[in-house]
Amino acid sequence: MRDVAVIGIGMIKWGELWEKSLRTIFVEAALNAIDDAGVDHIDSMYVGCMSSGLFVGQEHLGALLADYLGIAPVSAVRVESACASGGAAFRQGFIEVASGMSDIVLVGGVEKMTDVSGGGATFALSTAADQEYEVYNGVTFPGLYAMMARAHMERYGTTRKQLAQVAVKNHENGSKNPHAQFQMKITVDQVINSVMIADPLTILDCSPITDGAAAAILCPLEVARKISKKPVVKVKSSSAATDSIAIHQRKDITHLQAAEDAAAKAYKLAGVEPSDVDLAEVHDCFTIAEICAIEALGFVEKGKGGSATEAGETAIGGRIPINPSGGLKAKGHPVGATGVAQICEVVTQLRGDAGERQVENARIGLTQNMGGTCASCVVHILEVA
Amino acid sequence: MSTSARYWREIPQRYRLEAGKCSGCGAIWFPPRLVCKECGKREFEVVNLPDRGKVQTFTVIRVPPSEFCDQAPYALGVIELENGVLLQCQIADCSPDELSVGMPVRIEFRKIKEEGEAGIICYGYKAVPVRE
Amino acid sequence: MAGIVGYGAYAPRYRIKVEEIAKVWGTDAESYKRGLRLEEKSVPGLDQDVITMSVEAARNALKRARIDPKKIGAVYIGSESHPYAVKPSGTVVGEAIGATPDVHCADFEFACKAGTEGMFVALGLIEAGKMEYALAIGADTSQGAPSDALEYSTAAGAAAFIFGTKDVIAEVTHTFSYMTDTPDFWRREYMHYPRHAGRFTGAPAYFKHIKGAAKAIMEISGKKPEDFAHVVFHQPNGKFPTTVGKQLGFKPQQLETGLLCPRLGNTYSGSSPMGLTAVLDVAKPGEEILMVSYGSGAGSDAFIYRITEKITEVQGLAPKTTDYLDRNKVYIDYGTYAKLRKKIRMGE
Ligand SMILES: [Zn+2]
Repeated sequence: MRDVAVIGIGMIKWGELWEKSLRTIFVEAALNAIDDAGVDHIDSMYVGCMSSGLFVGQEHLGALLADYLGIAPVSAVRVESACASGGAAFRQGFIEVASGMSDIVLVGGVEKMTDVSGGGATFALSTAADQEYEVYNGVTFPGLYAMMARAHMERYGTTRKQLAQVAVKNHENGSKNPHAQFQMKITVDQVINSVMIADPLTILDCSPITDGAAAAILCPLEVARKISKKPVVKVKSSSAATDSIAIHQRKDITHLQAAEDAAAKAYKLAGVEPSDVDLAEVHDCFTIAEICAIEALGFVEKGKGGSATEAGETAIGGRIPINPSGGLKAKGHPVGATGVAQICEVVTQLRGDAGERQVENARIGLTQNMGGTCASCVVHILEVA
Repeated sequence: MSTSARYWREIPQRYRLEAGKCSGCGAIWFPPRLVCKECGKREFEVVNLPDRGKVQTFTVIRVPPSEFCDQAPYALGVIELENGVLLQCQIADCSPDELSVGMPVRIEFRKIKEEGEAGIICYGYKAVPVRE
Repeated sequence: MAGIVGYGAYAPRYRIKVEEIAKVWGTDAESYKRGLRLEEKSVPGLDQDVITMSVEAARNALKRARIDPKKIGAVYIGSESHPYAVKPSGTVVGEAIGATPDVHCADFEFACKAGTEGMFVALGLIEAGKMEYALAIGADTSQGAPSDALEYSTAAGAAAFIFGTKDVIAEVTHTFSYMTDTPDFWRREYMHYPRHAGRFTGAPAYFKHIKGAAKAIMEISGKKPEDFAHVVFHQPNGKFPTTVGKQLGFKPQQLETGLLCPRLGNTYSGSSPMGLTAVLDVAKPGEEILMVSYGSGAGSDAFIYRITEKITEVQGLAPKTTDYLDRNKVYIDYGTYAKLRKKIRMGE
């Protein structure tokens, strides 16, 4: 296996991009990554996308996007693992470079979500849950996470206010991120008093519907050292894990077992401990998700995610800054793009280019991207080389 | 819209709570599986799940999928049945302020949804509070 | 002797009061309460229909019968509100209780007597020795047109009976059916609500057929009104059964236990069958019961039951009819009622 580096990243401003199509937002992000890397060709491409078929009626994204990016006839494949599609695509790119099959691999993530109605988006997202034994009964994703939240509150005494604090912190961070969908700060009271979606989660506990794309370029570490004009960021480890797709089939509904399993492997492969990590981009599709994620990743003790957040431990400047980008909550959650955008943020932080939201002395960063209610999870650990 | 075959296939589970009991380790899987997740055995006996249990966690869906619009708000929960098997279903005949973790429930046969005005009517299981 | 080996009832928990309906249409609630002896009626939830109520009633009947559902040879459901125009209710019920696939199945329709029709046929198959057990259900989620007099009474409920010859709890000693072509009430295909012929539904329809069947069955059995511990008539309102009982020489106490209409409404095909389940809940060995249904169009089925020693073993094995009537009731307003009964036109 060869060591692998990220030499280019590309983001665009996320939001409700009414005037732009799926192919346009993807190509814009990909071109930004190519320009950032300064490479003159691409050997292979992976595209993370959860459900272009349901959102815009378009499958076969590999060919479409390679063509519009002007890199055909290279190999281009779409990777799907629900909301973890971006992370899974990045992992495929990593494997291809590490294996020696290709040298310059572009990994993009994209989701164009606003071309369907709210009901259409709810349906498309629900396909990440068990259609026959969860969705059949009328559950939604906010509903599934709400049930996890209720159980977490019952078992660990996590409070409504602590959940809200996750959203408050991520909006605070997002207000410093020019690419974020939401730039406004919010308060705990606003979160608690906003419209109820699935008790106890309100609309401000939920990540939004977003159009967005992100891209990253991978190459062998040795090549990066030669051609990159920016600080080189090495992918220290890549891992993925799965769990039962339906939450009721898990041993502990409050625990993200796939995140713990993926993280354990990633830490081992990278030879680091949770305490060595300087910042993490985690999958806060709902406020409770971030609390469960930081527990599963070993940043806080099980059951202490809420109190750690309330104590400011996860803020920029805290013990372990979580989601300095604003997370899915504020930056937006174009599902297939999210995992790649997490990589973009960590690389930005490790390069020291994060401006107002820069985490001081960031050397090791982690990304955690999960599908559905964490039936699939991808973890990457990156380090300034 | 899928054909009615997809609905029909799940009838033993939706109507009668038929589960698979592993002949190796005795684990009960609902819905049935071809391979036991606990021990890897591939032989199962059909068992019917008990119709009593308690609420392990719950929520109230206020922004429903379009097929459930007329039913909202409705409660949904993870139910732990008397034999320890967990399932997810709506909690019917219950106002949001009555819900609590640990609440005893009974499984009833209910209509889940209709596939439009001209499509099939989909039935299944819901939990209802045991109040006596 | 053939008879009932298990029985069960089911009713939804929602109720609407006569006053609430009268308020919307500007009518005099007292005239319905005093004149027709109606107080409130049951309303099905959005997730309840003839099929779901039939399954629950049948499961209660199975709990009392304590038999293997695979031994049930017939599943009959009588209703005027089968959820499908074409596709049987009975197949879903048979599947849900585990009676399939070696079973005969049919849906019956004869206005409010479809339930007793199923009972009549099920009993006949048992008496003929064609099968070990037969299940008959009367169930309805009947609808009256908004503002029509029927709107104050049309209700939802179900009653199920398993017939057999072993461990019988109520022997059927006599049956009699009485039928003529009398257009007092009908619903044409594709019509949402039924129509009725006003006062014509009284003397030449309800009263003539109930009395015709009741008098005939008492004559062939040699029984007199005082021989029956309980009598159950079809209950389109609280007044008709009381009046016909009086005309036939019964005392109000004989009707009391089975007269559910004032607090339940008219459950159509479930009406006299639910009256019977309420009676069976409290019946004592040796008692005799007369039941006469009525279905517009028009006809009546009459049955005489004799309670056996076995009844006391099974009464407590499933919820009683009054449990469904009196426990966990929720009163709804007319707006909620309109929503639950799908009287509100929704957007696409
Ligand atoms: Zn096993």
